[in-house]
Amino acid sequence: MKVLIKNGHVVDPKNKIDELMSVLIEDRHIKKVAKTISEKTDKEIDAKGKIVCPGLIDMHVHLRQPGHEYKENIESGLRAALKGGFTGVCPMPNTNPVADSRSDMEFMRGEAGRLGLINLWPIGAVTLKEEGKELTEFGELKKGGAVGLSDDGQPISDSNILRRALEYAKKFNLVIMVHCQDEGLFCDGCMNEGAVSTRLGILGIPAEAESVEVSRDIQLADLTGGRLHFCHISSQKSLNLIREAKTHGSRVTAETCPHYFHLTDEAVLHYNTHAKMNPPLRTQEDVDAVKKALKDNVLDAIATDHAPHSESEKDAEFDKAPFGIIGLETSLPLSLKLVEEKILTLSDLVRKMSLNPAEILKVDRGHLSEGAVADITIFDLKLEWTVEKEKLESKSKNSPFLGWKMKGKATDVIVQGKYVLQNEEIRI
Amino acid sequence: MEVRWTRKDLLSLEELSKEEIELILQTAESFKEVSSREIKKVPALRGKTIANLFFEPSTRTRTSFEIAAKRLSADIVNFSSSDSSTSKGESLRDTAKNIEAMHVDTIVMRHSSSGSAEYLARSIRAGVVNAGDGIHEHPTQGLLDIFTIRERKKKLEWIKVCLVGDILHSRVARSNIWGLKKLGAKITVCGPPTLIPTKIEELGVEVCYDLDKIIGEQDVLNILRIQLERQKGAFFPSIREYAAEYGISKERMKKAKPDVIIMHPGPVNRGVELASEVADGDRSVILDQVTNGVAVRMAVLFLTTLVER
Amino acid sequence: MGFFFAALGADESADALVADIAMDKLILDAPSIDRSVARMAHEILEKNKGVEGLALVGIQTRGVTLAKRLADAMESIVHAKVPLGILDINLYRDDLTRVSEQPIIRKTEINFDLDNKIIVLVDDVLYTGRTIRSALDALIDFGRPKRIELAVLIDRGHRELPIRADFVGKNIPTREEELVHVHFKETDSKDEVVVEDGS
Repeated sequence: MKVLIKNGHVVDPKNKIDELMSVLIEDRHIKKVAKTISEKTDKEIDAKGKIVCPGLIDMHVHLRQPGHEYKENIESGLRAALKGGFTGVCPMPNTNPVADSRSDMEFMRGEAGRLGLINLWPIGAVTLKEEGKELTEFGELKKGGAVGLSDDGQPISDSNILRRALEYAKKFNLVIMVHCQDEGLFCDGCMNEGAVSTRLGILGIPAEAESVEVSRDIQLADLTGGRLHFCHISSQKSLNLIREAKTHGSRVTAETCPHYFHLTDEAVLHYNTHAKMNPPLRTQEDVDAVKKALKDNVLDAIATDHAPHSESEKDAEFDKAPFGIIGLETSLPLSLKLVEEKILTLSDLVRKMSLNPAEILKVDRGHLSEGAVADITIFDLKLEWTVEKEKLESKSKNSPFLGWKMKGKATDVIVQGKYVLQNEEIRI
Repeated sequence: MEVRWTRKDLLSLEELSKEEIELILQTAESFKEVSSREIKKVPALRGKTIANLFFEPSTRTRTSFEIAAKRLSADIVNFSSSDSSTSKGESLRDTAKNIEAMHVDTIVMRHSSSGSAEYLARSIRAGVVNAGDGIHEHPTQGLLDIFTIRERKKKLEWIKVCLVGDILHSRVARSNIWGLKKLGAKITVCGPPTLIPTKIEELGVEVCYDLDKIIGEQDVLNILRIQLERQKGAFFPSIREYAAEYGISKERMKKAKPDVIIMHPGPVNRGVELASEVADGDRSVILDQVTNGVAVRMAVLFLTTLVER
Repeated sequence: MGFFFAALGADESADALVADIAMDKLILDAPSIDRSVARMAHEILEKNKGVEGLALVGIQTRGVTLAKRLADAMESIVHAKVPLGILDINLYRDDLTRVSEQPIIRKTEINFDLDNKIIVLVDDVLYTGRTIRSALDALIDFGRPKRIELAVLIDRGHRELPIRADFVGKNIPTREEELVHVHFKETDSKDEVVVEDGS
């Protein structure tokens, strides 16, 4: 089956393409990318006025299956991702039970395969039950399809465990994705420690709760030579450390989330639980530092940390509400703002949302080379829309962006050659 | 000048204007007079139902509200945490909705979560009077403190008030700061560095860790209760050291102004925050605070309950 | 404030303005008020045979001003002090839940014992009688007076309760749409009583 995407502005950073091109897909792969393609095709997709890029990859989501299917499950999560323009996601293992064995990986991949929506590349737990005590079977996890390891939701507090994990993971060339949180400094905090938390009478989490572990983890990465990736970095202090580390050649990478470059802790005013997540929203200085770090490549990737929670859970007293917000369906327009603000070029953005995640996870995606698997996202930069609760594909609606006017939306998505999102509608 | 009360709730002093605070204080003045009569009752809230919803134990605040409601001829019922359904896992919202279904006009609530009063007020039609939400605010305490200061000092502008103690965990401190600032007082917070919240200067107060240095300039010392459990959170090493550095002893009083007034929201940890002689001494206005508390709460219940739901 | 429109004189404007402007009728001017107060003071003294065991209680706000004037007038006749109390009846009203605007609670100060006293309640205008009913409730909570009498500057009729004044400055028949304004120089610009057409 031959599919032609024509008239689109192709942005492929790996192949240094940033211009009007046509893309020819044959069955599961990209056959050709060129100015004009005259071959006869079975289907044509007109991408006039739109951007055509390698499929977006969200390397950090929570799909809540097994265990909390009332918040989200694999199906609703993948549908939400697809609507958001993603061709692949990496679900974190802090499900119930924790995904710490090969069969857990296989189950998730199997489900995704059955659904035929988008790619699911699972992240396996670093320690059994994420208890931070005993390592999981990295080899088995990899055989089951894991592309990375993480105890996300928890920090790995025992430095020795993290050290051994980094060393052991070298054998399997797996990246360890760390959630930095010094438990002592975190204490009973619910939001960023600062002027706002003092006003609201909410116990705060200082930025140092993150940066103290970032510092430690950099040193462990250096000690072991293992690959370490920082999840959801939120603060200037952490970014300064990562900048310094990269200058000296540390093998670390880092991601941030759209809310860390859009919102400050003032979003919590009036005890808005839709602004409660971990790490918390910080100050304007931190927001500015995140933007700068994206520009300077201190931050390699944008991920969402999509964390669904049901309405009744979030509709509670601030300290009782769970941490987390959804993000799959708003990530693209929020990230496009960076292009609008001239902090990133479009090519840089595609790098952060597609190529870099693929390279960190060592999956052969993120580019439109000839012969590559055809995972493609087509989006309209100028399309204006409003985030409406009822229209969200995700089961949960816990987003601080409800009601926001957005600019930019994925309209068409091709996964492994299959045209699964057609004119903003899911078709399988 | 003539400001009207239009809020169904009293959630914080932060959101009130100076004029609204003055209105409450003026109304409280009249109610103080009612409490001094032979028949301590007016029919103003006759037929209204008020519910005390206290998730944290408290005898004095709860009783104060109860007396206030009864003097206004309202019917008041008490729901306390031990027998409330929340111990069975019912959410705050559900508990409140159940009470509301019984056509309660006003709920007076004390709860351990900051923001819970605002949360409740959003969720129900009845009025909500915040009797203390976590470490956020305790507005009626703030108001009665202001009332007491003005009663003794005849004014609030330029009066130097020092809040002493665990400012970080004190809802009384926050309410005092908001209310006193709006009325022109000069506030200093004093306590161990571990118990002073970050960036509190942004609220317009001075910070000092050394009480002896500033005690001589203060017109009012409002002594906050120290929770003995804080010792475990590494906030200070021992009660003994806390009392030595920040306790108002007879010795320390010698450094204070002769006309200083000593306040405390109660109950007093005698020998810790305040020496017994000071708590019972002639500079102490602690009992006036209690009397004024009933008047202030009558004013608050009167004003909020009569606003249309 | 205003006089009968005819007094203004300008004829062309007459037709244009009649439809628009509410007319204020002056009922009592300053000297008339003084004369009424003086007469009422005498009447109170006459009925009660002096000031023995008697006290005045003025109803906030203008009843208080009137009560002060009556007390002064009485004191200058008998050369004896008349106890004076101030009463805010807002906590005793029967219509609190129905008013759209919250009333301001003012001072109540009754520093003498009411028991066995003759209390003369004083108010500026007697209309439906509900204010006086509230005042009676309040007074009875303060003690057990021997007798309560009522003095008002203006009685405008339209009683809704069986209440009558013992001492009246002036009786003015009014329509319900009309508004009666009593102004005293202590609180307003001058002494006068006007009736405004409120329709």
